[in-house]
Amino acid sequence: MEFTEKHVEGLKELLYKMADDLLIIGHRNSEWTGLGPMLEEDIAFSSMAQDKIGQSLALFELLHELGESDPDTVAFTRNDNQFHCSQLVELPIGEYDFSMVRHFFFDHAEAIRFEMLADSVFEPLAMVARKFKGEIKYHTMHADIFMQKLAAGGEESFSRMQNAINETFGLALGMFEPGKFEAELIEAGIFGGEAELQQRWLDKVVPLLESFGYVVPKVESTEPAFGGRHGVHTPHLQPLLDEMTEVFSIDPGADW
Amino acid sequence: MPNSIKALLETVMDPEIPTISIVDLGIVTGIASPQPGHAIIELTPTFSGCPALRIMEQMVHDKLAESGYTHIEVKTTFNKQWNTNMITEKGLIALKQHGLAPPPKHDGYIELDVLSDTPCPYCNSRNTEMHTPFGPTLCRSMHYCKNCLNAFEAFKPVS
Repeated sequence: MEFTEKHVEGLKELLYKMADDLLIIGHRNSEWTGLGPMLEEDIAFSSMAQDKIGQSLALFELLHELGESDPDTVAFTRNDNQFHCSQLVELPIGEYDFSMVRHFFFDHAEAIRFEMLADSVFEPLAMVARKFKGEIKYHTMHADIFMQKLAAGGEESFSRMQNAINETFGLALGMFEPGKFEAELIEAGIFGGEAELQQRWLDKVVPLLESFGYVVPKVESTEPAFGGRHGVHTPHLQPLLDEMTEVFSIDPGADW
Repeated sequence: MPNSIKALLETVMDPEIPTISIVDLGIVTGIASPQPGHAIIELTPTFSGCPALRIMEQMVHDKLAESGYTHIEVKTTFNKQWNTNMITEKGLIALKQHGLAPPPKHDGYIELDVLSDTPCPYCNSRNTEMHTPFGPTLCRSMHYCKNCLNAFEAFKPVS
């Protein structure tokens, strides 16, 4: 089928939110470099950061092919209200419990998103999604191992993880904020939509967490942290962007 | 013509694993020479975030230029997505020569049990354990051999 203007707009919206999520979580993950609770975790978060930022670049390249500015310009010259990342990914790393729970929720959602997109009729996106699927396997595996280990790590470990789950669940649901073109994307076979993604994500993470012994909050009684997809962000995003673009802002033509 | 280009690319080594060529690594997904002196090469990343990719593009370009090609295009694409089954037999041996346990051939099933069952590249023992699926580069995991008591790295399987 021929793509209409609405399909292209929807596609761009989808690519922007995915690329922004990956760019921002990648930078947040990288903040664990040198600070991880043990060397292996330091390396794990740093490696995942590198994957995420590499993946965001591939998506910004697709946007560039659809007529948007080049990846560096798009990544480094927008203000917070022009970003489409979910509020979940922009929050500071906090304690390790929060970072781990965020990593678990985010990466399972991404893994399913890429799985769905691997069948997209928009072939350039399907091709990168197939590539990302293999990479993210290691991210979800890492998250699962630690969610399980920390559930069994004694009373303090369990209660801190359980609290982090309770506090992060609504933020995680914010990832699935519907876009303006859900119906068009679904109809064209570009993407199966946020509602289906959320359902598949719940089917995956809820039984998994319960098998580790955690209690998962109910969707019906949790307020999703919407807004991020439409440029409404917490006060934490702009300072991160300022830091990411510090050198670029001083000398936009700098080469290194 | 593409065959002679392939032979040249077989001498371009991975900058991080100098025993394996980019052809044996499986990342050269397209070679064309529409007319004499012209070379169009397609590479595909092992990992999207691999920082060696730009260096490899440059190495390919330099190799072809010094061999007399005047019109050279090196493109990175995801048209054919890399996975570790694309590493050649020769490549698997080259990895081991570098002290890396080669990835097992897989059918898409990559779970903890597969990673934990990595033979030691030094003594071939299977009495090993995985310390972490992440390592000094994106493509490596870290292991320990309980037989020869060596820490070692593996080139991890990717689907």
